[in-house]
Amino acid sequence: MNTRNVAEKIWDCFNIAALAVIASLMLLPFVHIFAVSFSSLEDVLQKDFILWPSHWTADSYRVIFQSRPFISSLGVTVTITVLGTLVSLILTTSMAYALTRNILGQRVILLMIIFTILFNAGMIPVYLVVKSTGLINSLWSLIIPGAISSFNLIVIRQFFLNIPGELSEAALIDGANEIRTFCSIILPLSKPALATFALFYAVGYWNKYFEGILYLNDARKWPVQVVLRQMVIMNETTSTLGSDVLLQFENQPPPVTIQMAAILVATLPILILYPFLQKHFAKGVMIGSVKG
Amino acid sequence: MAGIFNRMKRERFIYLLLLPGLLYFIIYRYLPMAGLVISFQDYNPFVGIWKSEWVGFKHFARMFEDSEVIHVLINTLQISVLQIFVAFPFSIILALMLNALRNETYKKLIQSMVYLPHFLSWVVVVGIFVVFMRGEGLINSILAQFGLSGIPFLTEPALFKPIIVLQTIWKEAGWGTIIFLAALSGVNPALYEAAVIDGASRFRQLWHVTLPAIRGVIVTLFILRLGSVLDTGFEHIFLMLNPFNMESGNVLDTYVYYKGIQQGNISFATSVGMFKGVIGLILVVSAGKLAKRFGEDGLY
Repeated sequence: MNTRNVAEKIWDCFNIAALAVIASLMLLPFVHIFAVSFSSLEDVLQKDFILWPSHWTADSYRVIFQSRPFISSLGVTVTITVLGTLVSLILTTSMAYALTRNILGQRVILLMIIFTILFNAGMIPVYLVVKSTGLINSLWSLIIPGAISSFNLIVIRQFFLNIPGELSEAALIDGANEIRTFCSIILPLSKPALATFALFYAVGYWNKYFEGILYLNDARKWPVQVVLRQMVIMNETTSTLGSDVLLQFENQPPPVTIQMAAILVATLPILILYPFLQKHFAKGVMIGSVKG
Repeated sequence: MAGIFNRMKRERFIYLLLLPGLLYFIIYRYLPMAGLVISFQDYNPFVGIWKSEWVGFKHFARMFEDSEVIHVLINTLQISVLQIFVAFPFSIILALMLNALRNETYKKLIQSMVYLPHFLSWVVVVGIFVVFMRGEGLINSILAQFGLSGIPFLTEPALFKPIIVLQTIWKEAGWGTIIFLAALSGVNPALYEAAVIDGASRFRQLWHVTLPAIRGVIVTLFILRLGSVLDTGFEHIFLMLNPFNMESGNVLDTYVYYKGIQQGNISFATSVGMFKGVIGLILVVSAGKLAKRFGEDGLY
């Protein structure tokens, strides 16, 4: 019995230590990025692994905040995140609510939505539709083609179904129409759920990059993730493709300190919102796993 | 007829709420499906769908003889199998390790740290790896200090797939534990107490109580994951591809992009995409059915 207790203690200690190592592997890159971004280039080139700057300097940040392409890409991302989240929420909730009512064709439309989760036409047919609806090279191309997530729609509808029907019926009897009932009864009652889905959508928009490459020919309209890709990833392996004059610093790839500052700036909103994200997203995972 | 008209008139405000979303689904989800007809044409963007020449199954016939397509399909399957058999079990092990912690505060702290990468964009995740793995990056300078020669992580074809799996683990392993931890928290503590009284060691408790409790979730998720074996995460792979590792990293999704959008082989690329979509649909639906048959709830 005693040796077993000792063995279990050792196993517990091993477990605690192993988890500490794994968790550090997830966090240390950020500490490193933070430290490099606030260090001078000379310090960085001398030492290998920096976890704390030895001479603090905000030079890198000064450079990227004076770089027009970077600032404008940040503006694009903020715009599509705010506008896109709004558009997505309005479209998703209004359609979800309409589908809770017993209307003509409700079943067919629901099946139609579920089918889009299982099958999509693929990149090229969607591209052709985006092109023929005139969205190429417009920021709307980052918002409209993916405006409604079918999965979110189904889950929100499920949520609306759980609101007692008497509430909206009372409003309807009092003479409010469906749109008013939706805006002044259903939406206020769903605030926590709306916050969760707003975060879902917002993180999606903030992290969007491929649609930018696919639909936006004009580099001045790129979102920050695409610019980040050019600054950090493209320069490494493909000199011809990455040689976008807008993002070069005197015809050189940007120095590592500036790359790190750019990564940090582009990640900052996510890091700031992280406590909320963790709470709401974990809830979202569990909602999703409950059969709708 | 009049009844339907009256009903629609009564419900007109609901239809008003429905309309924008419905239009979205028709235009951006179902119109592209109709657009799949171009895989039976030699689509010419200058004359449009209506006037392009019909060629029947020409592109599909060519696809199955094209050694490049077969190579790309093999890459796709290899990456998926690695993801399923390496990255997926990692989440289970991590969940079991977290579950074994007794100190709740420490557990919360570790959870907060391992969930974080899930929220980062693939650009940032791949960017971080590039910084550490490039020629003058941290790993290679450490190797150099030990007098070892550098490793071209980002361009060596043989390293492409392992690095993809490593990045997936870094980003998603922590997040993947949530569903297992939820299943584990539902285990009745009396089962453990009974096991302890019967003299079961920690390992025996794990084997006889913990694992059976999450077996259902593991089987369901595993089967559903098999259903999406052709999906390799386009955004992720696209960021890691470069001319040097293309032979090892080009998958169906990226192939469609290069072939269709960049080289303008629109009809052929659409056929490859459609092939992937249809096989994927069959696999996902069968996986859902199979998962249900194992007594667990499917997704739909």
